Amino acid sequence: MFGLLLGDFSSAFGAIKLIFWDPLFDENFASYARPQLLVKAGPIILIAIGLSIGFKAGIWNIGAEGQYILGAIFGASVALSLYPQESVLIFPAMILAGAFGGFIWALIPALLKVYFKTNEILVSLMLVYVAENILASVSQGLLRNPEGMGLPGSRNLKDYPSAHNSEIIANSGMHWGVLTAILAVILAYFLFLKHQKGFEIKIAGEAPKAAFFAGINPSKTIIFCMGMSGLLAGMAGLFEVAGPAGQITMSFNSGYGFTAIIVAFLGRLNPWGILLAGLLMALTYIGGEIAQLMLGLPGASIQLLQGMLLFFLLATDILTNYRFKSRSS
Amino acid sequence: MVIFGIDLVLLISALMISATPVLLAAVGEAVVEKSGVLNLGVEGMMITGAVIGFIFAVNTQIPIYGFICAAIAGALLSVLFAVLTQYIMSNQVATGLGLTMVGLGLSALIGKPYEGIKSPTLSKIEIPILSDIPILGPMIFSHDAIVYFSVILVATVAYVINRTHVGLVLRAVGENQEAAHALGYKVVRIRFLAIMFGGAAAGIGGAYISLARVPQWTEGMTAGAGWIALAIVVFASWKPWRVLLGAYLFGGITVLQLNLQAIGVAIPVEILSMSPYLVTIVVLVGISLFGHHTAPGSLARPFHASQ
Repeated sequence: MFGLLLGDFSSAFGAIKLIFWDPLFDENFASYARPQLLVKAGPIILIAIGLSIGFKAGIWNIGAEGQYILGAIFGASVALSLYPQESVLIFPAMILAGAFGGFIWALIPALLKVYFKTNEILVSLMLVYVAENILASVSQGLLRNPEGMGLPGSRNLKDYPSAHNSEIIANSGMHWGVLTAILAVILAYFLFLKHQKGFEIKIAGEAPKAAFFAGINPSKTIIFCMGMSGLLAGMAGLFEVAGPAGQITMSFNSGYGFTAIIVAFLGRLNPWGILLAGLLMALTYIGGEIAQLMLGLPGASIQLLQGMLLFFLLATDILTNYRFKSRSS
Repeated sequence: MVIFGIDLVLLISALMISATPVLLAAVGEAVVEKSGVLNLGVEGMMITGAVIGFIFAVNTQIPIYGFICAAIAGALLSVLFAVLTQYIMSNQVATGLGLTMVGLGLSALIGKPYEGIKSPTLSKIEIPILSDIPILGPMIFSHDAIVYFSVILVATVAYVINRTHVGLVLRAVGENQEAAHALGYKVVRIRFLAIMFGGAAAGIGGAYISLARVPQWTEGMTAGAGWIALAIVVFASWKPWRVLLGAYLFGGITVLQLNLQAIGVAIPVEILSMSPYLVTIVVLVGISLFGHHTAPGSLARPFHASQ
């Protein structure tokens, strides 16, 4: 990417190959990178599916990162309070708690919007900063590992079999969160294809007045959309903290909640599009890591690349908003 | 004037410094939104201004050059947003978010070699006579040029929007784009210029963080200031003088919680650090309850002359 800035195309091509091709097809990286693809794409897709439901209705929840953090805290709290008991019910209980944590965190902007007409964009975003502070607080206090020699961070859930979100197929990266993400894609597809609720959401977004006169309750739509996106983000947080991250730390969240916004738009708010966009975005993460290692690119260059991807996609709106016309007509 | 171990003169003086970046960005965004455009990329333009301003100030050792370049950089970045939303008619919310991500990434990339360097600092301008007033003098009339500039900018924007023809046209475009178009005003061109103004103001605001408030460059150093600026515009009901009030209120809370942290009050640090954001939410709710809903009528609606 530096090359691109300097106009050096051969090195730019090398960087692009390193990010988009080598993680999957270069044998030096593939054994590590291929499972990572699912590990990273899972939470992003799960969150983005939730966000896309709201975005379709014109409800802008951009605080998924906060809901993701709260979901992780709620879910992990269940496991940490039951430690070291073993039971098959612990993991499902954690998922429920995680979903609930994300759900209530998203309900705050939803209810404020319903009752006070407060702008949900700003409230949901402010709550991200609040959630980050809560995370910092619990990882040093409430949820800190009592055997951690005073270091911040909770017990590692990877060492707690009943709570660990383990891989379903070994070395594939396929954990329960990935499975849930795929399920969410399918359910969202049917929601918008077949279900009345999906239809109502689409109308509320595209023609709010028509929706109102058709008797679609805007408050219910807001609560449904925000609640669903919070629920899925909370679950994503739980799957991440119980699996790949392993423990609650001050920085276990990797900004997936924000990346998911890009993914939702990259996928054109279409469930299958989001599936592809999520995989592509996961690829930029992994390729970015490799590029950091090989070329010494700073981590932020990946953020730049992701933002530019979104811009290129938005620029293609020119094709939907304008039509080619021959000069004679 | 010392209350509970906090020096009030220092507190208010620090409050103005702390509020200036948000104030500059918010007053720029107020103009953008008055023209009917919602640019959520304030954070991205601020951080770009912060890094560009820092680089130029360090290399020339003249802080003012940094601010000028930051304004240019912010405006240039906003052109990207303007082209996409005004000509290609992409979704304003998505494009603004994209602008923030691009800004954060770009700034981190080009700012890498400048981490850990100290920038040249702005010198204070003591306003003659006024700065000699006891208490009030050191509080308000003993700041650097950009603090004064931000207040002058608010006054200018308030005057232009409310009292001039240019302001009338800007408001017309924002309130009812079809009517403004029918009257022959160039909606897209006016919005384009408003967006660039907002970008320049955000750029200067960002540079104030890296050149005066901190003064150093670290990745992601704006830490949500751009989003606070957006909240303040809503808080202010799109009125420039209320933007000043909102920014100073927010700056006051920020400085106060830092002071309370420093003197070691028995409140957890995390609760203090989240307080500015919680207060913002409470204020937003309060405004929705008691304020007038005076959002520009055409805010965030796409426009094309053919429609």
